[in-house]
Amino acid sequence: MSATTFEDLAMPLFDQLYNFARWLTQDTVEAEDLVQETYTKALRGFSSFQLGTNFRAWMYRILRNSFLSSRTGLKTMVAIDEETEEKLLPAENTTPESILIAQASRDTVQQALADLPVPFREILLLCEVEEMSYQEISETLAIPIGTVMSRLSRARKALRVSLAKNDGGRHGM
Amino acid sequence: MACKQAASQEWSGKIDAYLDGELETSETGVVAAHLHECAACVAEALSRVQMKRSVQIAGKRYAGSAAMREKIAKSIAAKPKKEGGWVWKLLAVPAVSLLVLSIAVNLYVNRESGRRKRVYSELADLHVSALASATPVDVISTDRHTVKPWFQGKIPFSFNLPELQGSEFTLIGGRVTYLAQTPGAHLIYQVRKHEVSVFIFQDRGEETASLASGPVHAISFNVENWTQDGLRYFVVGDVSTDDIQALSKLLRDAR
Repeated sequence: MSATTFEDLAMPLFDQLYNFARWLTQDTVEAEDLVQETYTKALRGFSSFQLGTNFRAWMYRILRNSFLSSRTGLKTMVAIDEETEEKLLPAENTTPESILIAQASRDTVQQALADLPVPFREILLLCEVEEMSYQEISETLAIPIGTVMSRLSRARKALRVSLAKNDGGRHGM
Repeated sequence: MACKQAASQEWSGKIDAYLDGELETSETGVVAAHLHECAACVAEALSRVQMKRSVQIAGKRYAGSAAMREKIAKSIAAKPKKEGGWVWKLLAVPAVSLLVLSIAVNLYVNRESGRRKRVYSELADLHVSALASATPVDVISTDRHTVKPWFQGKIPFSFNLPELQGSEFTLIGGRVTYLAQTPGAHLIYQVRKHEVSVFIFQDRGEETASLASGPVHAISFNVENWTQDGLRYFVVGDVSTDDIQALSKLLRDAR
């Protein structure tokens, strides 16, 4: 590991980290600050980085923790109560519209993603965009794998509900 | 087309895990078989795949500027040395050299000691987690002629396993494992109801290459390690040093 510098490991993640930061903060300046802070903290803590553990998950965890302690993070990160989620989101069954929803335009999906609560938005991004395994997500968000699965499932449902609303609005359904 | 399973929360979770490539092998077959015969679930799975793709495309939305990338790269790059007066340099060279040398030696010693600890603790983790797993081995066999060929194509090297007839050891099986991102073989042997792990890796990893061969006691396990034919062997277990040595000898003599 000592042959590999922090720069070698961390710079290839720049675009992904920025994208994730931008989605979290919803603001260009804040995202830039967050990414800069992440790199600074990670460089400082690199000596304590455990060999054999996942560097990418480690970087995302630093970014996310920095976000959580930021003013925007404190405001927007609502606690996700598993039971409340169950009540808020009715069980979803297969419907013909689900195909329509899945084919929603990129803009519509982006808007629906932006409208989701941060815990749902971040887990969807980590799973679908970053293609992280459940294990990596668990490490990044510091939650058990069981919670990763249930939160992911609820996030997907929430996205569908949101898309269905937008779709209904557009088509007057 | 109604499907009783489709309405259940558990089944919905399984479909998600299946599409995310996270379902246990045993359950993958069950879900795949159901999808073969249930139109409702296939439609559901298809819409979820499309949703995954939509989010994947929509989620890649923002890109940082080149200026920002450069700024960050600069901030984390090693700082260039400052140019000073040559007299000071001349005076400072011997003192600084000594200081640097002593720091370097200390760092090296600490790093080597840290490295050894990391390797042994990682091996202890691999040993314990394999034994705690419901499926400690991926190939179950007491026959070395079954276990050894199973690794072909799964790891980038081959190794010999000993004939155990007349010894107290029994081969339980093996699995592919990783140490510092390097693939290797993890074999589990049994001796008087105790399980002993044997790890074999190519001896080229920076982490293992500098380890001194010989027995050690690490994190409540006895460990023996040595190199042979370009391979690094580790024998890890909670059995006595004698047992560890006996198994190590069998492995060393394996032809």
